[in-house]
Amino acid sequence: MSTRSLTVVEAGPSMTVQDAGRPGYLGEGLSRSGAADALALAEGAALLGQDAGLAAVEMAGMGGAFRASDDIRIALTGAPMRADIDGARLAWNASHLLPAGAVLRVGAAETGNYGYLHLGGGVSVPPVLGSRAAHLAAGLGRALQAGDSLPVGDDPGGKTGLTLEPAPRFGGGEVRITESMQTALFSDDTRARFEATDFNRDARANRMGVRLAFDGAPFAARGQLAILSEVIVPGDIQMTGDGTPFVLLPECQTTGGYPRIATVIPPDMARVAQAGAGAVLRFRFVDHDEGVAALSRHRAALADLPRTVRPLLRDPAQMPDLLSYHLIDGAVSAHDPDPEGDRQ
Amino acid sequence: MGGAVPRPDDFPAIAPVGLCGMAVRFADRLSEPANRAALAFRAALESEGRDGVEEVSTSLTSAFVRFDPLHLPHATLETHLRDMLAAQDWYAAALPGGRRHFRIPCVLGGEHGPQLADAAEAAGLSEAQARDELCAARPRVLTIGFAPGQPYTGELPAHWDIPRLKELTPKVPQGALVVAIRQLIIFANDTPTGWRHVGQTAFRCFRPEADEPFALRPGDEISLRAIDAEELHAIRERDDSGLGGAEVEEIG
Repeated sequence: MSTRSLTVVEAGPSMTVQDAGRPGYLGEGLSRSGAADALALAEGAALLGQDAGLAAVEMAGMGGAFRASDDIRIALTGAPMRADIDGARLAWNASHLLPAGAVLRVGAAETGNYGYLHLGGGVSVPPVLGSRAAHLAAGLGRALQAGDSLPVGDDPGGKTGLTLEPAPRFGGGEVRITESMQTALFSDDTRARFEATDFNRDARANRMGVRLAFDGAPFAARGQLAILSEVIVPGDIQMTGDGTPFVLLPECQTTGGYPRIATVIPPDMARVAQAGAGAVLRFRFVDHDEGVAALSRHRAALADLPRTVRPLLRDPAQMPDLLSYHLIDGAVSAHDPDPEGDRQ
Repeated sequence: MGGAVPRPDDFPAIAPVGLCGMAVRFADRLSEPANRAALAFRAALESEGRDGVEEVSTSLTSAFVRFDPLHLPHATLETHLRDMLAAQDWYAAALPGGRRHFRIPCVLGGEHGPQLADAAEAAGLSEAQARDELCAARPRVLTIGFAPGQPYTGELPAHWDIPRLKELTPKVPQGALVVAIRQLIIFANDTPTGWRHVGQTAFRCFRPEADEPFALRPGDEISLRAIDAEELHAIRERDDSGLGGAEVEEIG
């Protein structure tokens, strides 16, 4: 059993432990939770060469400061945030070594909403109902606080100083949607206007859902107030009583009586969750075949992520202490730092 | 139970729920046969264990299937669901087995149920009559949803068909008993609500640390035993099971 740990020295207002979530409890009223940006989880796993099911720290809007008990490998993904180790700036979308005792600082999101700190071996807090994901709305887990010590799982080791090209998703754009239970309750005109409208993420957004601000008349369904409560899934776009759309995220309720105009397809969920202030989202209905084709491409891209990882090229402009680097030694850094590995 | 209610027009119906979900709807308003149909249909889907089906659940009158469309094409699943619907009269299905009755201590009215008088008036009753009727009722868990383990129970007599409030109450506590539209709910968590807060229990619908984290299942029945605020306090002091002093009996 590993005794390595990561201490939270300072905590942003909304940092939680997240993994792929807890599917299978919809019938018990528990939504799956899990990372708001599941793609970022997969990217972190690829950078560290480990399983995408391991848990990471999700940082909403703002990071924190962390100190490691031992040398641990880390990776940073999702919404880019300013990060440094003891003052030395770190590349985002990359893996690094966090030496024992050093302090990693992660600042505010520069674009997007959710940044992720991945640890070699994962965050190994005890799982509840098969997952380590906090679900604040359900009372599972809690926001991380200064002084918390997170156990780190065993890490078989591997390279750091790797990067990958993140799939673009932080600046809004087109979001593909398919029919949901109450789509037919919205007139053709209303659906067309919904597709033609520019939406912004409203400040009233959290892991349960994103309220969308827009200019124009409310979006009303027929018989809006008399709809029997039905199942809700993440990605559903519900129209609240005042005709404002909410896109539901992983911590949403499991049933609801507001009509849903459509459901976001899974590959485009990260784009919704990560749309920052000012980003414009537009929705486009796709048919089932187009949605399935997009899902198939998305799964293939996820499976291919480890093959897209490449060494981080250091930008000399960002190396104020360039002269202190042992450039010749650097030429052998491709060797496995583990001496056992070198002998093989 | 469950006299012959005519099958609603245009039901059962199959509806898409995004790319990876499909719902089988048995009615567009609550009825006892439609609720039984949904529960039985879900149970049948669950026991089948079909490849590509990832999860099944129910809401009040619908069964839901979450599936992987890359392994189970939409059209194949829809055809299969239609075949299942044609194979039997789901509205005549029996209730699930292994049902239980939970008799749950509850403070009704006063500061622990501040909207009891208001609810009674909406139902055309005195507060004392409302209290008596709520204690005499034995509603069934129709579905679990919205929040973990949270039961929607019903149905109360027709005069309890009182609407939700237009103005939300910002925060009603965990364990609260609330009423609207002939249904009673015990809240799993503190929550804002448009339902009227008529009582308070020490019952915890969701106890993640327990062997059975979700206390109630659809088909279970509940009834209320009136207690005073002092007894509620005493129950809270001694109860670490989450049952909140409830007595549980098997009812088959």
